[in-house]
Amino acid sequence: MTDQTTNDRRALRLGVAGPVGTGKSSVIATLCRHLRDEFAIGVITNDIYTDEDARFLKSAGVLPEERIRAVETGACPHTAIRDDVTMNLMAVEDMERDFAPLDIVLIESGGDNLTATFSPALVDAQLFVLDVAGGGDVARKGGPGIGRADLLVINKIDLGPHVDVDVEQMVADAERARDGAPVLALSRKRPETVDKLCDWVRGLHESFAAGGHVPIDPGPMAPHHHAHDDGHHHHHGHGHRHDHTHTPAHHHAHE
Amino acid sequence: MRDGGGSAALLLLADGRLPAGSYAHSGGLEPAVASGRVVDMAGLERFLIGRAETAGLIVAAFAAAACACAARDDITAMAGLETELDARIPSAELRKVSRDLGRQLRRAMGAVHPHPHYAALGAAPHHPVVLGVVAAALGLDPRDAALAILHENNAGAAAAAAKVMRVDPFDVHAIIARMAGRLDQLAGIAANAAAGPAADLPSPGSPLADIAAEHHRRSDVRLFAS
Repeated sequence: MTDQTTNDRRALRLGVAGPVGTGKSSVIATLCRHLRDEFAIGVITNDIYTDEDARFLKSAGVLPEERIRAVETGACPHTAIRDDVTMNLMAVEDMERDFAPLDIVLIESGGDNLTATFSPALVDAQLFVLDVAGGGDVARKGGPGIGRADLLVINKIDLGPHVDVDVEQMVADAERARDGAPVLALSRKRPETVDKLCDWVRGLHESFAAGGHVPIDPGPMAPHHHAHDDGHHHHHGHGHRHDHTHTPAHHHAHE
Repeated sequence: MRDGGGSAALLLLADGRLPAGSYAHSGGLEPAVASGRVVDMAGLERFLIGRAETAGLIVAAFAAAACACAARDDITAMAGLETELDARIPSAELRKVSRDLGRQLRRAMGAVHPHPHYAALGAAPHHPVVLGVVAAALGLDPRDAALAILHENNAGAAAAAAKVMRVDPFDVHAIIARMAGRLDQLAGIAANAAAGPAADLPSPGSPLADIAAEHHRRSDVRLFAS
């Protein structure tokens, strides 16, 4: 036997990246809690020191424990999702095999910096998570994750007034950095924002299951540029290629 | 011995940048540092030499043997190598690490350089066995396989030093440079041993490293998986 997945009806693999402490684990817990009755879900966490994130998710009780597995990345969380994805890829494939058929596997990157994005060899789509407490100017800084992840989540918006961040301004900055690609202002204390997040994932899964989803690569760290600068890119909403089949639900997040 | 050919393939196989997940392991250095057994550069050098002469020689011999068997399409011999290697790794944790790394290398090379032999290696083959089979698939000989695994293991543990110790990275690579002749010699010993029966392959041990690996698995905070 080998370890390569031959089943072409594998799960949607959705990465969740973003700096330390912005709420990646919490976003995953929220998704599991709200979508577990609709989808068969598995979670892979990438921890820097130990299996803290996996333990958090297990203790939160959002999924059966055996569907949450930790990958240890040897203090190289960036490498594990981008340059050398073998450990994560095998963790995903093992999970898909052990709990077949799964609909969605969520992969949480170890908290890293603004340059860390998932390789398209590992995930079909990725969320990048910022939070208002990290500073209102972070969204403006751009970078591959902020600029070109499939969805940018600005988390903990309920904290805006407490940390002197103008949430509307931060969202507007983010939308500008993303050329209009979707930005979702999220707080788990505001159910309507959680609904939007879940709708976005539903739309993505529908598109993936219909065979119309094409992974995009946010790319390596590079100066942010606007799509019209080089004549090759196109204004296409959230940056998917021309052959991507859009579903209306895909646009919920930034309506 | 190859004459001039294969050198680039050997470099590919021994390169720590080969995407097979080895960066998550310190080769036992992290637990050795955590327990105060390695505290300075002299200690690091002794650790690396000791590791190369024990665990290093074992995996080199098994990689060489697997390479020799694969080169003559004798895949049935791999089961015997697996059993013999299990017997040389007392720590259940280290046996698991070896099998995890073996699966990872096979997964990576299945995409990088496919070969029908990979699928015949069972569910979770040991790393040296996979590496030997991969070496043969790349047209390398048993001594190459031994040298590749000796270098990769040594450089991987040495690289971990920068994360778990206070070091000058130039000093770390100076150790690797000083060890170059030793690794060449060990690769020769491993390749010679690989020509004999699997049961007679070298079995030098370092029991404390096995015990440390078990402790490491149970530690709450660690940078490296092993």
